[in-house]
Amino acid sequence: MSLISQLRDREHVFDFLAPDVSPVDVHHGVILYMEDVSVSFDGFRAINNLNLAIDDGELRCIIGPNGAGKTTMMDIITGKTRPDTGKVWFGTRHDLLRYDEPAIARLGIGRKFQKPTVFEALSVFENLELAMAADKRVWPTLRARLTGEETDRIAEVLTLIGLTSHRHDPAGILSHGQKQWLEIGMLLMQRPRLLLVDEPVAGMTEPEMERTAELLTSLAGEHSVVVVEHDMGFVRSIARTVTVLHQGSVLAEGSMDEVSANPKVIEVYLGEDAC
Amino acid sequence: MWWLKPAHEPITQRVLGVLAASTTAVLALHLLFPEGHALHISTYTLGLLGKYLAYALLAVAVDLVWGYLGILSLGHGAFFALGGYAMGMYLMRQIGDRGAYGHPELPDFMVFLNWQELPWFWHGFDQFGFALLMVLLAPGLLALVFGWLAFRSRVTGVYLSIITQALTFALMLAFFRNEMGFGGNNGLTDFKDMLGFDLREDSTRAGLFTITAITLGLGFWLCRALMLSKLGRVCVACRDAESRVRFLGYRVERFQLFIFVVSAMLAGVAGALYVPQVGIINPSEFAPIFSIEIVVWVALGGRATLYGAIIGALLVNYAKTFFTGLIPDAWLFILGGLFVAVTLALPQGVAGLMKHWRWPRTPDTTTQEARA
Repeated sequence: MSLISQLRDREHVFDFLAPDVSPVDVHHGVILYMEDVSVSFDGFRAINNLNLAIDDGELRCIIGPNGAGKTTMMDIITGKTRPDTGKVWFGTRHDLLRYDEPAIARLGIGRKFQKPTVFEALSVFENLELAMAADKRVWPTLRARLTGEETDRIAEVLTLIGLTSHRHDPAGILSHGQKQWLEIGMLLMQRPRLLLVDEPVAGMTEPEMERTAELLTSLAGEHSVVVVEHDMGFVRSIARTVTVLHQGSVLAEGSMDEVSANPKVIEVYLGEDAC
Repeated sequence: MWWLKPAHEPITQRVLGVLAASTTAVLALHLLFPEGHALHISTYTLGLLGKYLAYALLAVAVDLVWGYLGILSLGHGAFFALGGYAMGMYLMRQIGDRGAYGHPELPDFMVFLNWQELPWFWHGFDQFGFALLMVLLAPGLLALVFGWLAFRSRVTGVYLSIITQALTFALMLAFFRNEMGFGGNNGLTDFKDMLGFDLREDSTRAGLFTITAITLGLGFWLCRALMLSKLGRVCVACRDAESRVRFLGYRVERFQLFIFVVSAMLAGVAGALYVPQVGIINPSEFAPIFSIEIVVWVALGGRATLYGAIIGALLVNYAKTFFTGLIPDAWLFILGGLFVAVTLALPQGVAGLMKHWRWPRTPDTTTQEARA
């Protein structure tokens, strides 16, 4: 409909005024689709013709040596970096290249950073409160009051991440592993469709790692989860499908056993790790 | 309601209690004891205290953006001065034909410049309500446009500080020009009365002092209410990890813009309270060094507490009055020395020291359980 005829039509909300809240369309079964994505920084091709499809409800692990482009890939999906060429679709309805970081977060993509990033001056409870799915514009945020339901939801996540006894402590005094957990908890509060998790077990002890593996596996199904990880043991314990990145593109994809038997993979990555 | 929250907060209760008690005490000493009595507070001292309180409100405005949002504005003097000029324009129009040249409408400096009629932007300032509106709108609009451009382009940190310095410097140069129509070098002065009250009367001075104290209390309340809300926690989050906040779905630049504009308006109100008490506003209020001084008050008092800003503004300005009377040339060295000493010995300022001594168990933010 042209703009003029839209303005004349007083029965409907104008297209350009209607908020874009359309839900993610996954009827083809794919939640994230990247095609021929390339990006270079000062001539260095960080991502080189990357093709990747993540199914709805899937748990996918992405591995690769340092500099393979794992973090850059996450930056592209979450809107932090614009690719030079290529397509990035969230479901079949949302072209992610048209949105910025907050809009992508509101569409339902949550991200955990490589270095745990929590708000250290705020309490654990407040960290979760801020992450909670809600109207995140300025005025509604000013007037926001916690409902009983929301308090319950926060309490539930606190139990899940095992930080209930720390809920009033500033996040800054938590241990490294606890911060990782808090950040995963913040992701859950966002109720995202797709979780991007960058190195979730870095700095964790063995039992903590096991609990994280359990948690991430339980999330798959309701959410789609993409895990970038260096720790091969951890990847083996959770992975169903593994994608190996090398020099900005996909080198191999398949189950952990297939991938680790692939000679190209052994050459560039697993060989040096002696896995 | 979000704006009622400070009522239940011990810090706000204490600060407002102390402010109310000391204001009443000063007024009582001023009114009850005759001039010459040892306990009498003179009109001069009262005006000085009123000026300090206006500065304290300005410091609260700076602490709001610097302490909670991490935006170090080195140009808040500009918003303060704009509010001051809006009030000054009203006071100039109130002079009427009592000016030195006796012109019924034009202020003296315009007659002196041979201007025939009032410039368009001076119209309306004979109305007190309109002037009050401008006290808020002039700094608010400048902050809105400036902040929108800066925050949208994600200009933060030291770059923003430098641009705010440039902003206030540019305004200073502009206001120095006679052609701008704001009295140039001399600024606006020779005020006679305000809402019919003679500005030289003792009772008017006492009234202005009281109004300044009340406004400071209200400004403190407003800032505290903003910071106790979820919005306040988003601000602290933006200060500490801006990009993380974006990935949670908040538009950081809009939060920054909102708080920046509120802060600029508060600074404007502070300027409007300052002008009738000191009796003059001129371009020197735009001087970059003044904006830096404000930041020093806040740093000395303690960032991100709001009451620290009040303490800092009062202490430093009292020290300034004291030392410039004693050894005029040494003041800047003393200020610099104080700043270095506090930064080294008390990184959280005077407020940090007080928290440590007197309020060891009061957390800065109220617990969620009290709120939920």
